[in-house]
Amino acid sequence: MSDTSPPAGSSSPPGYYHHHDLGRFGEIARGAPGLAEKFFDYYGAVFAEGALTVREKSLIALAVAHTVQCPYCIDAYSKDALEKGSNLDEMTEAVHVAAAIRGGASLVHGVQMLNHVDDLGM
Amino acid sequence: MSRVLPTLAKTQAPLASATAQRRLLDQVPVARRFDQTLADADLFPLTTGPIEVLQLNLGKRCNQTCAHCHVDAGPDRAEVMPRAVLEASLAFLERSGIPTVDITGGAPELHPDFRELVIRAAGLGRRVMHRCNLTAILLPNYADIPALLADHTVEVVASLPYFQARETDQQRGAGVFEESLEGLRRLNRLGYGRGGELVLNLVTNPVGTFLPGDQRALEARWKQQMLARYGIVFDRLFTITNMPISRFLDFLEQHGRTEEYLARLVAAFNPAAAAGVMCHTTLSVGWDGALYDCDFNQMLELPVTGPAGTIFEAAREALEGRSIVTGPHCYGCTAGAGSSCGGAIA
Repeated sequence: MSDTSPPAGSSSPPGYYHHHDLGRFGEIARGAPGLAEKFFDYYGAVFAEGALTVREKSLIALAVAHTVQCPYCIDAYSKDALEKGSNLDEMTEAVHVAAAIRGGASLVHGVQMLNHVDDLGM
Repeated sequence: MSRVLPTLAKTQAPLASATAQRRLLDQVPVARRFDQTLADADLFPLTTGPIEVLQLNLGKRCNQTCAHCHVDAGPDRAEVMPRAVLEASLAFLERSGIPTVDITGGAPELHPDFRELVIRAAGLGRRVMHRCNLTAILLPNYADIPALLADHTVEVVASLPYFQARETDQQRGAGVFEESLEGLRRLNRLGYGRGGELVLNLVTNPVGTFLPGDQRALEARWKQQMLARYGIVFDRLFTITNMPISRFLDFLEQHGRTEEYLARLVAAFNPAAAAGVMCHTTLSVGWDGALYDCDFNQMLELPVTGPAGTIFEAAREALEGRSIVTGPHCYGCTAGAGSSCGGAIA
C-alpha cells in the first residue's frame, strides 16, 4: 500500500488508499464522537486476551482482512501478527483459510446452479 | 543470507562511523525530542541509581554477522579488550562491590582471556552473566566453554530471534539456527535451563522492523514450541527491541524505513518503561576501557558525563547519580513494554 502514497506536494494522488491514513483512523470521531468511543472501546475489548489468545485473534483478523480486502487491515494485522509472535507459515495458512472460505462460498453456490439446471432440464 | 558478511567497518560504509549514525538520528524528524518526552512524563533528567550491573564489552570480534547487530561485530573486527583494561575492570569490580558482571561483545568467549575473566569474577562472589550467540561455543577451540560456565554457575543469556530456522537464519546467517540448537542441547545436557541454579535465558528480537510482542505470552509459547519441536528447555525468554544503531540503522536506511521506524518507537513511548530503563543501574565498559551508560551509547560513542571517563579512574560513588546521556535511539528502550538486556521492563 505504501507504493500508492502520493509524493510530497502532489495534488493528485496516484491511488485511493494511503498507508499514513491508517494512523488517522481516530479522526472518524470528528463527526460522531460518541459512536467512535463506543466502537473503539468495543474494538479494544474484542482484541483483549480472552477464551482466544491475542495471537489467535490477530491471525483471525489477518484472514478477515484478506477476505474484506481492506488494505489498512492487511497492513495493520500483518505487522500485528508478527508482533504477537506468529510466523509466515501461520500467517499464510490463515490467508488460505480466508481464500478457502471465499472460494468455497463461490463453489457451494454451484449447488444453486445445479438446482437450476435440474429445474430447466428434461 | 550468507553465513558471514563483511561488517560496515570492513566495507567502509558511511554508517560505520558513530558520528555519522548520531548525525543521521538527529536529522530524523521525530515528533518530540527524547528529553522533552521525558520531561513531559516527569522523568527528566534521567539519572543513575546504585550501580547493580557492570557490563563489560570484550570487543567486536564475532563468528557471526547478524543483520541487526548494533555493535557491527564480525570476524573481520580486530578490536578486543586489552589485558590492562581487563585487569582494571576486575579491580574495579572488586573494590566497588557491584554485585553483577555482564560479559558481552561481539562473541565474548572469543577473547583470549574470557575463561580467566569468568573464573576471577566468579571467584569474587559476583553473579556472572555471559551473553552467548550459541555458535561460538561449538568452535573447536571454544568447546570447553559450556562446562566452564557450568562449573562457575555463570548465567547464560543466549540470542535466538525465533524458534524456526527461516526467521533465525534470515537475521543471523544461513545454518545458524541448527547450530544454535546444538549449542542449546549442550547447555541443557550440562543442566542449564532446567529451573535450577544453572540459568539459561533466551533473548528474542524481531526479525524485521516491528516491535516485540508481550514477553510473557511469547515465553509461554516458546517454551511449548522449543520443547515439542526440539526437546530443548530454558528458563526465561527476554524480548529486545531492535535498536536503530549500526547495522540495523543501515538496514533501515537501505530500505527507506528509518523515519517510519523511529516514528513507531516514538508513538509507542511508555513512561513506565522509561522509568525502569536498565541504564539506571548499569555501567558499561568499552573494549578500550571507556565508560558508558549502556552498550548502545557505547556504540554511538556517547561516553558518561562527569570526570571519570575510563575504567582506570572509575569510582563507584562518583558514577552514581550521574545524568544519563540520551538521544533519539533511547526511544528503542522505552517503546511498548520497554527493552533492556534483561528483556521487557514495564
